[in-house]
Amino acid sequence: MSDSVTGSVKGTLTPVLTDNWGSERSWTLAAYEAQGGYGALRNALAMAPDDVISAVKDSGLRGRGGAGFPTGMKWSFIPQDNPKPKYLVVNADESEPGTCKDIPLMMATPHTLVEGVIISSYAIRANTAFIYIRGEVLHVIRRVQAAVAEAYAAGHLGKDIHGSGYDLDLVVHAGAGAYICGEETALLEGLEGRRGQPRLRPPFPAVAGLYASPTVINNVESIASVPSILEHGAEWFASMGTEKSKGYGIFSLSGHVTRPGQYEAPLGITLRELIDLAGGVREGHSLKFWTPGGSSTPLLTADHLDVPLDFEGVGAVGSMLGTRALQIFDETTCVVRAVLRWTEFYKHESCGKCTPCREGTWWLVQTLAALERGQGTEADLDLLLDQCDNILGRSFCALGDGATSPISSSIAHFREEYLAHLQHGGCPFDPAASTTFAAEGALA
Amino acid sequence: MTLTQETHDELRAIAARYPEARSGLLPMLHLVQSVEGRVTPEGIEACAAILGITAAEVSGVATFYTMYKRKPVGDYHVGVCTNTLCAVMGGDLIFERLKGHLDVGNDETTERRPEDKASITLEHIECNAACDYAPVMMVNWEFMDNMTPQSATQLVDDLRSGAEVHSTRGPRLGTWREAERVLAGFPDGRADEGPSAGPASLAGREIARERGWTAPSSNGTAGETAGEVPEEPAQREQAVAESDDTVAEQAVVEDKSPSGETAADKDEAQ
Repeated sequence: MSDSVTGSVKGTLTPVLTDNWGSERSWTLAAYEAQGGYGALRNALAMAPDDVISAVKDSGLRGRGGAGFPTGMKWSFIPQDNPKPKYLVVNADESEPGTCKDIPLMMATPHTLVEGVIISSYAIRANTAFIYIRGEVLHVIRRVQAAVAEAYAAGHLGKDIHGSGYDLDLVVHAGAGAYICGEETALLEGLEGRRGQPRLRPPFPAVAGLYASPTVINNVESIASVPSILEHGAEWFASMGTEKSKGYGIFSLSGHVTRPGQYEAPLGITLRELIDLAGGVREGHSLKFWTPGGSSTPLLTADHLDVPLDFEGVGAVGSMLGTRALQIFDETTCVVRAVLRWTEFYKHESCGKCTPCREGTWWLVQTLAALERGQGTEADLDLLLDQCDNILGRSFCALGDGATSPISSSIAHFREEYLAHLQHGGCPFDPAASTTFAAEGALA
Repeated sequence: MTLTQETHDELRAIAARYPEARSGLLPMLHLVQSVEGRVTPEGIEACAAILGITAAEVSGVATFYTMYKRKPVGDYHVGVCTNTLCAVMGGDLIFERLKGHLDVGNDETTERRPEDKASITLEHIECNAACDYAPVMMVNWEFMDNMTPQSATQLVDDLRSGAEVHSTRGPRLGTWREAERVLAGFPDGRADEGPSAGPASLAGREIARERGWTAPSSNGTAGETAGEVPEEPAQREQAVAESDDTVAEQAVVEDKSPSGETAADKDEAQ
């Protein structure tokens, strides 16, 4: 981590998690320890577990998997008088369309995550922890497996870690392809060897999670942020970000920007600032719409370029910060086509447990696909919104809710474009124009 | 095909990694695929016998997850992301091109021609968490970044001809069965191949280095840097003043509005 003092001036980047991503053999224990890695673990083991929880609470760290629930508070919900074993489960099932921060983190610096797991498990008094990684990222799984093996060999995992009397086993678990397993209770079902279908809450996992035992489930980036808090202090973390959204986070820019990629900055940076850093929107084009935090967060437009990207700022304009998955689309992109494809995704990934989501996403696709082909009438837009109304808030988990976000927000911002499909008798856009190879005429 | 004693032993070893054996089922099915080339009835029976559950329960799991295949998979599973962002950036055109080039449909496997050294199963896939490298393809779940129709057809031609192919930010590509074995938790020793990160992953880090931007300093002591950000807007100057109560209030608000959470929020929703 850095020791210079340029500070987190507005609009600047603050690499912490990403700082070592380009280092020589950054994924190895030797490289991580050369940068001071596992120093925070020694700090933590010298503290009482409750003091570690307090430090994370005081930092203001809020969950980086989307919902922004305060991490330290989640840990404090674990009933320590419950005689059952406690478990920590890392949600590394990164699958929300547009979200691509945890995967490069685990590939480049898996030890940051492993160290975070050990400190977090110590805090909640878990002796077994799991990292549930989506199965479709083979090299990432290799790197995490290797990091865990190295950590065992170095005495960071196993029995009596560094003479502290604390024991921890860490299991790396590969999923098998199911977006729904990013939902924490579906993930637990998958980890128990079952179909990944969400559970009704309560009871919450903190009370009855894995094997009906007290369980904390945190996103990769949340857990990976913990060592920095233990190393530099809660106030250091809280000195970045905004009043209620503290600290730094990885912002993932993709799509029609000159330089897509990962940009780590204090929460509260704006899309205008990020796009400037990324070299602007694709040359010769202009911003049309974007997602602030993946496809489940309502679409925003060029009117929202100066919205502070923190939980409150994005919420105030009717969307959500989500996973800071900023998918940028320029004017060559048909919003109806984009929304239809996301809707097909939700239909495919609905686990089938709850009727409003299982049936509703199917009907959404039927209605949208007809509109995209230029069939139907303007009344079908109201039908779509009615279908959304019958899905939103009516299922065990938020998958169905997410399916409605791109539809209702796109109708609000781009109603005329839907109507243009009806007038045109189909999509008025050239799909080749939006591709990365359009300029080269590379379709031949 | 009959599963060997070694495979049965490895299936048991997977189950033994967990506090409760059934937790091993997902990696056990990956191992079955690595041995059998798909999830076979015999593999299902073997998992059921080891875990003390019914074959129907195992089948229920095997049919839920998309990485488990009931039909034989080729030597190379070639996935083309056609979720929205990759589709818009060119994934749709790449997928169409490959269907024509390989003369197969979605989830179909190429006939092996006399000159071929390997077969290919083509499938369109959902977002694979590499959107900053769009359009993205996956070969046996290794990243192939920033693809075009030409590079995609060249890729599959190379795979079929038996040429050595590397992931654009990963190792030399192995077969689908070899990949499934790693997913079952048996490392193949290739973790050290490939770079730390691809260029897009490093974009922000490089800009910060060019401009001398870093996170605030600390000497490991709490509170020292709080006064070092005077240029901050008012809202940020309050950053260190927040109490637990404010955070708690926020949490309560979030708890009371579950319908405001999206699927993006799902993994942290308490």
